Amino acid sequence: MINQFPIQQIMDANGKVVSPEYEERINENLVKDFYKQLVRIRLFDRKAISLQRQGRIGTYAPFEGQEASQVGSALALEPSDWMFPTYREHGAAFVFGHSLRNILLFWNGRNEGCIPPIGKKIFPPGIPIATQIPHAAGAALAEKMKGTSHAAIAYFGDGATSEGDFHEGLNFASVCKAPVVFFNQNNQYAISVPIEKQMNTKTIAQKAIAYDIPGIRVDGNDVFIVYFETLKALERARDGEGPTLIEAVTWRYGAHTTADDPSKYRNQSDSNSRRLETDPILRLEKWMKNEGIFKEEWVREIEEEASKEIEEAVADMEAFPPANPADIFDHVFAEPTWQIKEQKEEYLRLIGGVRN
Amino acid sequence: MSTSLRTKTMTLIQAITDGLDTMLAERQEVILMGEDIGKNGGVFRATDGLQEKYGETRVMDTPLSEAGFVGAGIGLAVNGFLPVIEIQFLGFIYPAYEQIMTHATRLRMRTMGHYTVPMVIRAPYGAGVRAPEIHCDSTEAIFTHMPGIKVVCPSSPYDAKGLLIAAIEDPDPVLFLEPMRMYRAAKEEVPDGKYKVEIGKANKLLEGDDVTVVCWGAMVQVALNAAMEMEEEGIHCEVIDLRTLYPIDKEMIAESIQKTGRMVIVHEAHATGGVGNDILAVINDTSFLYQKAPTERVTGFDTPVPYFGFEDHYLPNEIRIMHAIRKVTSF
Repeated sequence: MINQFPIQQIMDANGKVVSPEYEERINENLVKDFYKQLVRIRLFDRKAISLQRQGRIGTYAPFEGQEASQVGSALALEPSDWMFPTYREHGAAFVFGHSLRNILLFWNGRNEGCIPPIGKKIFPPGIPIATQIPHAAGAALAEKMKGTSHAAIAYFGDGATSEGDFHEGLNFASVCKAPVVFFNQNNQYAISVPIEKQMNTKTIAQKAIAYDIPGIRVDGNDVFIVYFETLKALERARDGEGPTLIEAVTWRYGAHTTADDPSKYRNQSDSNSRRLETDPILRLEKWMKNEGIFKEEWVREIEEEASKEIEEAVADMEAFPPANPADIFDHVFAEPTWQIKEQKEEYLRLIGGVRN
Repeated sequence: MSTSLRTKTMTLIQAITDGLDTMLAERQEVILMGEDIGKNGGVFRATDGLQEKYGETRVMDTPLSEAGFVGAGIGLAVNGFLPVIEIQFLGFIYPAYEQIMTHATRLRMRTMGHYTVPMVIRAPYGAGVRAPEIHCDSTEAIFTHMPGIKVVCPSSPYDAKGLLIAAIEDPDPVLFLEPMRMYRAAKEEVPDGKYKVEIGKANKLLEGDDVTVVCWGAMVQVALNAAMEMEEEGIHCEVIDLRTLYPIDKEMIAESIQKTGRMVIVHEAHATGGVGNDILAVINDTSFLYQKAPTERVTGFDTPVPYFGFEDHYLPNEIRIMHAIRKVTSF
């Protein structure tokens, strides 16, 4: 079965374009555009870990190592498509246009962080594993019923494919040919459980066979194959051909969350060697070096630009008004029930009114 | 509240079909989803003829996966539709528990109103029809305990249609419980067209000064039978059909207990953690000193609902209710 689902690549770890049909499309502008996005989210990720260590945000789920999967897939979307991320796809959400301040607010315990910018159809991060997959199927079906050409993308990890909601969502979407892309980032560990203990199958892409939909397996550290295959899957969706399952094989260098120590369950030297050998950013640098267009100064410039953007978002997050206790009562129902009204009044009276 | 003077005589299940038909005709966003609801018209025929009338897109047979189609319903609701989802029996809702508890009920809160889930989940529930195992559960309290969902439970054809329309137009998720024992038990005049029964309002079915009996669903008829019998003993019961289990009608409960001073709560769900305890809390909070006797609860036992060979022993009946009424009136 593994032979039926080879890992596809456009640019290999040495920065060499290995798919001849893409040679002309991989040009300086595209490489630089993608490189910028990869750097932007990597710097954000590192900053977020540092904020957590300093107690300036709560528990955080890092994604370093998975940037190509997130950038490539997010850039393939049209602005009016739907995104259903999990707690590890704030990189994708950021690239798709989510507010960085709100992403930070989310990690700092604020519901305001779940609100996307006006016009952006980004769901709050899925927390229970795989439950966002049926949502994406439903939202995509709604687009089909309205007769639009908008599609949806649902993100999930390798462990999620063991959940019932993964299978129920794929089955539902395939039966009604919903315009949705199921985007799996196979980082090979579900917290501490390696993939060989998670499933007997050698690939995740092959699970598509059960639903008679295309299953594509790509190098998740190759931003270009991720981008072009997601684009193809979205085109199929818009053309009424239904869902696609994409497996992007990747690796998270660090912990599941900042509350976790990966050295307890795996040899982290694997992560260190992967940084040197298969890193998604490094291969773009190698491509630029091979082309003789790599400039340290340009890298410094885009890093500074990204850092500035991130620092501004951190400042905005920290300047955000403190939590208003009234908010926890006011958004349960459109009109609060008498129970919630009474509880709110009593609590606010006790603490001496709304604190802002 | 009726907008039409014309009525038809209907059973409760016919009133539900009529309510669905009315809303499918009135609002294009209304869609029906569930197992066997298309050609088959649902296992109880609640959607009989509706797929033929409105097509396969709006009356959708779903795969057999409660989490999958409730989850997809959330996506549809967020994206502009008003899904009315049929769960074949309440006892089969549990695979969808996670979707309801972690998403349908809290998307509004999570996003501070940016995303909302105007969805109705219909579920036949309750024992007393000699149904197979697991088909007879009354686990309404699992859902009244969940913040962010309303739970309604009509006992009559008129209320069934009016509450269903109110549920469909409610901006938040509503669990609509249908007492299957009452589906074809009685007929009643039901107005044509659209009308609503307000969610959160109970209904006083019988006036009385001696003892208040609060009940819902299939227990309403049993409680009324018991109340009639008690008349012969000179005890006048006030019978209240709660109709909405969250948010319960605090005013009517308080007003009645303050008049009678005595209460019997009847529900077929298990006693521990049951909605009856929320009624006790209302009495405690509003009317503690008006009580002339401790409230009695006549409920299902803290056992799984037994197979139908035993269900007559599990279900509250007139004898148990009358015993409780005598107990509170002779305290």
